[in-house]
Amino acid sequence: MTTEQYPGVHMYRRVVRAKLFIDNNYHEPINVDNIADEAYFSKFHFIRLFKNVYGKTPNQYLMAVRIEKAKEFLQSDKSVSEACTSVGFESLSSFSGLFKKVTGSTPSVFLKQQQSAKKAKKKAPLKFVPGCFISNNGWDENGNFREMTD
Amino acid sequence: MITRLSHTTIFVRNQDSAYDFYTNKLGFKVVDDMPMGKDTRWLTVSPPDQPNLEIVLFPITVGKMYPEETANIMLELLQKGKLANGVFECNDIYATYEELKSKGVEFLKAPTEEFYGVEAQFKDDSGNWFSLQPKSNFTKTE
Repeated sequence: MTTEQYPGVHMYRRVVRAKLFIDNNYHEPINVDNIADEAYFSKFHFIRLFKNVYGKTPNQYLMAVRIEKAKEFLQSDKSVSEACTSVGFESLSSFSGLFKKVTGSTPSVFLKQQQSAKKAKKKAPLKFVPGCFISNNGWDENGNFREMTD
Repeated sequence: MITRLSHTTIFVRNQDSAYDFYTNKLGFKVVDDMPMGKDTRWLTVSPPDQPNLEIVLFPITVGKMYPEETANIMLELLQKGKLANGVFECNDIYATYEELKSKGVEFLKAPTEEFYGVEAQFKDDSGNWFSLQPKSNFTKTE
């Protein structure tokens, strides 16, 4: 059975289209109606199909994408409020609440942890690389790295 | 007793291109991206549901580890499509196939019913090829 023959190929393409719509528009004020429209489905049929394929409702998936993207923004040193608005949340408290529920940390604690980890890697990068790679590639012979690890 | 696999290596032609392929196309997360000398980065990524496995995207460049002859042999194997690097698991193979295809991933085999379940095969931007199989292929009880 090849791609053009498998059952439900058109349905799959439409569900994937909706998923990619979320991936590309998570920062916009989108909702399940917009997403279902994008895939040319009725709302309730769409929610059921989406959950069958991805194990989450479209709204649960949208929230998961927003939190993942927020983590990326915080990892790139954006402030908590910048991360909040960059992923489409209007309320800082609802953003912080959901972030903590998903990750176990508040956004500000997560940001501090990331900054601290980044600082440690910058100071001593070789501590984060398995020794076999360092040795085999001669990275420990590089004076710059030795200085950084001091 | 070995307890887990912490790092594994995928040899790549170009780390910039591999970064784009594994993050933007496959959706993997970057764990480390640090300069290591003139032309090399320590670049590791993880599949979304497997954050404790670091895949090292290691460039095939002539140096201490790979003399020119060895590097050329490895590049030739990549070019010939002879380096198979394992099996990636997904929840829904048809949806994953459609998504990756829409992002420009080159498939060597569309989802196909085999005696062991449905399988697809794709290759990365360097020429490494992988099997793609749904979780259900590995959770059969019979």
